[in-house]
Amino acid sequence: MEAIYALAIGVLTASGVWLVLRPRTFQVIMGLSLLSYSVNLFIFGMGRLMIGGAPIIETAAKADPSLYDDPVPQALVLTAIVIGFAMTALFLVVLLASRGLTGNDHVDGDPEA
Amino acid sequence: MSLIWIVVLPFSGSLCAAFLPSHARNVAAWLAGTVAVACVILTVRLYPPIAEGEVIREAVHWIPQLGLDFTFRLDGFAWLFAMLVTVMGALVVLYARYYMAAQDPVPRFFSFFLAFMGAMLGVVLSGNLIQLAVFWELTSLTSFMLIAYWYHRPDARHGARMALTVTAAGGLCLLAGVLMLGWVAGSYDLDRVLASGDLIRAHSWYVPMLILIGLGALTKSAQFPFHFWLPHAMAAPTPVSVYLHSATMVKAGVFLLVRLWPVLAGTEEWFWMIGTAGLLSLVLGAYAAVFQRDMKGVLAYSTISHLGLITLLLGLNSPLALIAAIFHIMNHATFKASLFMAAGMVDHETGTRDLSRLSGLRRAMPITATLAAVGAASMAGVPLFNGFLSKEMFFAETVFVSGHPITRIGLPAMAVVWGILSVAYSLRFILQVFFGPPAEDLPKKPHEPPRWMLFPSALLVTACLVVGMFPARTVGSYLNMASRSILGENTPFHSLAVWHGFNLPLMMSLAAMVGGILLYRALGEYQQGTTVVPLIERFDGRRIFEFMIEKLDRLAIRLLRWLSTEHLQVQMLLLIIAVFASALIPLSRGGLPVGDKPPLPVEPAFAALWLIGAVCAIAAAAQAKYHRLAALTLSGVAGLATCMTFVWFSAPDLALTQLIVEVVTLVLLLLGLRWLPPRDKSLDHETVPLPVRMRAEGRRSRDLVIAICAGIGITGLSYAILTRSAGEGISPFFIENSLPLAGGSNVINVILVDFRGFDTMGEITVLGIVALTVFALLRRFRPAAETMTVPAKQQEQDAQIGALPSDPHALLPAGPMMVPAVFVQLLLPVSGMVAIYFLLRGHNEPGGGFVAGLIVTTAVILQYLVGGTAWAESRTRIFPQYWLAAGLLCAAGAGMSAWLAARPFLSAMAWHGTLPIIGEMHLSTVLLFDLGVFFLVIGAAVLILVALAHQSRRAHRKHEIAEVETPKEVPGFPAGQGASGHASASLSLPVASTAPTDYAPMEAGRQKLPHVSPPKERED
Repeated sequence: MEAIYALAIGVLTASGVWLVLRPRTFQVIMGLSLLSYSVNLFIFGMGRLMIGGAPIIETAAKADPSLYDDPVPQALVLTAIVIGFAMTALFLVVLLASRGLTGNDHVDGDPEA
Repeated sequence: MSLIWIVVLPFSGSLCAAFLPSHARNVAAWLAGTVAVACVILTVRLYPPIAEGEVIREAVHWIPQLGLDFTFRLDGFAWLFAMLVTVMGALVVLYARYYMAAQDPVPRFFSFFLAFMGAMLGVVLSGNLIQLAVFWELTSLTSFMLIAYWYHRPDARHGARMALTVTAAGGLCLLAGVLMLGWVAGSYDLDRVLASGDLIRAHSWYVPMLILIGLGALTKSAQFPFHFWLPHAMAAPTPVSVYLHSATMVKAGVFLLVRLWPVLAGTEEWFWMIGTAGLLSLVLGAYAAVFQRDMKGVLAYSTISHLGLITLLLGLNSPLALIAAIFHIMNHATFKASLFMAAGMVDHETGTRDLSRLSGLRRAMPITATLAAVGAASMAGVPLFNGFLSKEMFFAETVFVSGHPITRIGLPAMAVVWGILSVAYSLRFILQVFFGPPAEDLPKKPHEPPRWMLFPSALLVTACLVVGMFPARTVGSYLNMASRSILGENTPFHSLAVWHGFNLPLMMSLAAMVGGILLYRALGEYQQGTTVVPLIERFDGRRIFEFMIEKLDRLAIRLLRWLSTEHLQVQMLLLIIAVFASALIPLSRGGLPVGDKPPLPVEPAFAALWLIGAVCAIAAAAQAKYHRLAALTLSGVAGLATCMTFVWFSAPDLALTQLIVEVVTLVLLLLGLRWLPPRDKSLDHETVPLPVRMRAEGRRSRDLVIAICAGIGITGLSYAILTRSAGEGISPFFIENSLPLAGGSNVINVILVDFRGFDTMGEITVLGIVALTVFALLRRFRPAAETMTVPAKQQEQDAQIGALPSDPHALLPAGPMMVPAVFVQLLLPVSGMVAIYFLLRGHNEPGGGFVAGLIVTTAVILQYLVGGTAWAESRTRIFPQYWLAAGLLCAAGAGMSAWLAARPFLSAMAWHGTLPIIGEMHLSTVLLFDLGVFFLVIGAAVLILVALAHQSRRAHRKHEIAEVETPKEVPGFPAGQGASGHASASLSLPVASTAPTDYAPMEAGRQKLPHVSPPKERED
């Protein structure tokens, strides 16, 4: 499972990096979106993979950390997802504004530059 | 604590004055005057212990662990200087009250003035070298503000900039110098430094320290070769020139030289560096002063010359010369300030300061003439005036210099030359302005200035006379006290007397007098016509300064061009390569060993999931250029795979959030797709020339290699980490304490709203800021020309079904969306219920404010998608800005409620009890906090989405306006009313009839912006 998980991160990263290096604004926004998936998975993976250990404490049992998945990376990723949404929105609007001002969708605003 | 008050008072006064209305001239003047007089009184009250030879120290601890304190220290010399600063300050305030015009923003003047006074007193009273350097820079800054007070005048701005550049650069040198000094002495405390003079002089850093500190002092005191800023600073209002450029700020340089005299002086290097700068300024300043046409110009160059005299005296390494220097600091301040005031009064009453226009003012302004004449006599060093005394001491010192014949004979000769020149320019200053036939063509009819404007000048002139006649009885003891505080036990015997008998200095004085009168006569007419200074005109410091500034500018631009790029692609490339390189460094040392944690058994379903996910991610990368919708869908599948992974590996909260964010992001990007340019077929492969295509292919291959390397790298890294056991972290704490401390069983939610609530607080603030930024950016949005019309697909669809005018007030939207509209309307209350359910259970089960907020957002945006903007808004108006505000207030209120129980911000307050009927209840501020998150997420997400959705309405409207050629539209009734338009696959939303209040209607004028030509796709 770990190998598949790692490969998934790798594929997402590779696709994201390739897109981020492209000259069209939409390609870059897609690239950032894919990169954020991979980064979120990577951070989440820092807590190691565990099946059936959602960090929701059963009231009766005494809380034993070894029974639950690491909650800290999860909390971090939750924040990252929301901030990622905000970033996508902002970038989209910058993209649109640049498109309206320059008349094209090149990342530098000028395809000939 | 009175020492600290002396420094704090002016600054607080400055702050008060800054808030006065700009016409409150008298209030500001009274405030400044009161502060200055209070400082005088505070300083005077400290005299008795100081006179006993005591040194007063006061410290305010700041960071005692690092040895950082505010230290204030007052000894005899500092007391004398503080008196100079405060008394002069009080007099200048009185003068400025009458000098400044009613239409000037006078409170601003007094605000900067008081700030300067505070900074200057800070320099004088600092007991710590670094603190001194800070106050030193503060004087540069405030003097910049004061010189540029009339900032509408280019010469004022220019002069201020030059003064700031020179003095602040000098201040940085000083900082470097005192850092070295403190390092060598082992402490930055002034007492410790002053006690380690021998150590410092013997140290190998002595010369660099001397040069750096010397640069600081010489730039501040406008000494050659940094003198050029002072004449340009004369663009300041005259009270500023009186205070800064004669009495105080320029004296800060010599103050520092006196302060550090026991530590730095006494060496050959000191003599040559300080002495030479002083001598050159002395002679060149006096020489240039003779040829000035501006009254303030004469005084400015004369100031350079007199400060040169003080510097030269300090450079002579003799205790008696030091005493003479201190004496001249005081004398020069009195006579030069009175002369500046006179120049200001002449300017104020006649409207000009041009020596070639002024003449015969003695009749119209007899008192001013008398005061100026006394000041000028003192400046020229006429006997019975105070300037004479320190000049005699200076002559005596030059005579007693031993050493090389050049210095032995050259120095007294130069002193006489200086004397001749001073007499000449002083004579000219008085005779030209006040004597001769009355001038006819003055801008104003001259008359005597108001009495209280004359008063400060009169007081100073009286001081010149009294000190000049009875020096020992008036200032003897103060001078003795000041010298003793610098020289200690080595203070030599000195006598202040007007008459020392017929000796060599007196002869030199007489020679200077006679020579000066003869020179004035000889120059006569020549001076009138000229504005240039003969011989040295070519060596203009200002021109060199400007030349260097320009060169520096060019160098910076070239460097920037060479070192940076404006191309995003190159930046991204460098960024990724840099990340790679930094990751490779540790890997190259230790490799990437795989751990021994037993791996989870492979599940085929998970493998299949990521097979699909990976293919979709790669396909999205390949399709993003020409098939945006396809790429968006494909990347959405990759997102869903991520979401499933979260479910798989015990992260239900993440999965929930990811799922809903995925939906909202998709809608967002779909709304944006509409505005992107279509593919330009003319730039397809066949038509593009081969070299361009080859280059593009080369770039693509390079990027592909980088991307694959990045993928392999992160795969390896992830695998290596995943196969190792987790280290001991902070996680067990959260799991163990989630229930007992926070009373919630969902650890993730507890972390977000309780343990790390402050992080979440910051996060939702960011979200709110982003939403507002998006809104603000879109208000200025200019759609591209070819996206103005209704999209082709939509037109096609309209043609097929027959375009019906949509009525926003109809029960259901017309056309194919009628049935879905029923569903989405039904969905709204249901989704509200679901959201509240998720919100309430969040503390114990997966859910929480984020998820709940996004659920509501999805339901709201569905109304827009299905019914169109107009239809949706004719029913429910959501005011996202209120939700934003309510969310932030709610979260902050929940945090602050902890203060009621005297607990820190965001501590959770819980109440557990039994209510009648309802039964057992558990209430916590945590829920209130999560409610804030919920509100804010709704506000932010809806604001972003609706702002985007409104763009197509604006574009349509604009299109309609352009078609019917109506130049104006009535706000609230957009021209697009009744136009056809249905929601379509491309999600361009229908035209509205109800104009929302929070989106400004497009102004007709903005249409006239030049439309750019249709964009072209290009091979990358």
